[in-house]
Amino acid sequence: MRTFAPLLLMLAAPAFAQGSGPTPALANRQLADPAQEAQAMRLMHSLRCIQCQGQSIADSDADMAGTMRAEVRQQIAAGQKPHAIRSWMIDRYGEWVSFEPDMKGAGLLLWIAPFLIFFASIWLARGLFRRRT
Amino acid sequence: MNRPWLLWIPLAVVAFFGGLAIFGLAEPEDTQVHSAMIGKKLPEFALPAATAGVPALSNTDMADGKPRLLNIFASWCLPCKAEAPYLEALKAAGVEIDAIAIRDKPEDVATFLAEFGNPFRRIGSDRELAVQLQLGSSGVPETYVIGGDGRILFQHMGDIRAEHVPMLIEKVNAAK
Repeated sequence: MRTFAPLLLMLAAPAFAQGSGPTPALANRQLADPAQEAQAMRLMHSLRCIQCQGQSIADSDADMAGTMRAEVRQQIAAGQKPHAIRSWMIDRYGEWVSFEPDMKGAGLLLWIAPFLIFFASIWLARGLFRRRT
Repeated sequence: MNRPWLLWIPLAVVAFFGGLAIFGLAEPEDTQVHSAMIGKKLPEFALPAATAGVPALSNTDMADGKPRLLNIFASWCLPCKAEAPYLEALKAAGVEIDAIAIRDKPEDVATFLAEFGNPFRRIGSDRELAVQLQLGSSGVPETYVIGGDGRILFQHMGDIRAEHVPMLIEKVNAAK
């Protein structure tokens, strides 16, 4: 049994867990136009994979990431603007899908917090230095 | 020191972030990515039949004035097998259920239905996950409540268990 155990493990369900189906053509094939491909690639690095949640769709090998890459490339090839494609994804999965939070609501706070903290600390430090002299 | 209250500001800031961290830890973690399509119309799609003998599925099939469930499943998905009896229970309660099979082969779907029963009116085959992406769905199984006008009303993520059956029946009835 011990000799067969690794063999049985290799046959275990997870190996087949993703089912079978064709991968969309544009999931792993670059666009013919290098400028468009670069644009698509930049966007793919800033969109989050739904299945393996820490990775961008450019880095992930999950099926859903492949489908999302194909969608991005298709829309770029059709002349769609990257910000519009990002909104298209956000319309379906919410803000969560984007690695670049929008500048509104809690996202706005994220963007301006560093500046707020910077100026607040200057203001605090100024007071301290003034007392020394 | 003419403004001693200034000294308290750093402490207040640290206390605020400490409180935020404790609040974050106490809050149960939700790692599911919910669809943002709730309240919107179904996307346009026309999927081929997933297996012989069960009709294909398009978005217009689900806009015939009757609310129903849309189940996203796959023959290779274990929790889909676990929820099969509860889908049967829903069907027995008069709920109409359509389905989309994800990354599946016709023969595998046929085997799955033969083993676990077929509670579905129609099954569309989404082999490239294209419709799943448009639905804002992030995995299998998932079950949506679809209004009679083809609007997405509710998303249930994960397998349907015994305790979810009455809730789903109520949601479908409420949409009538």
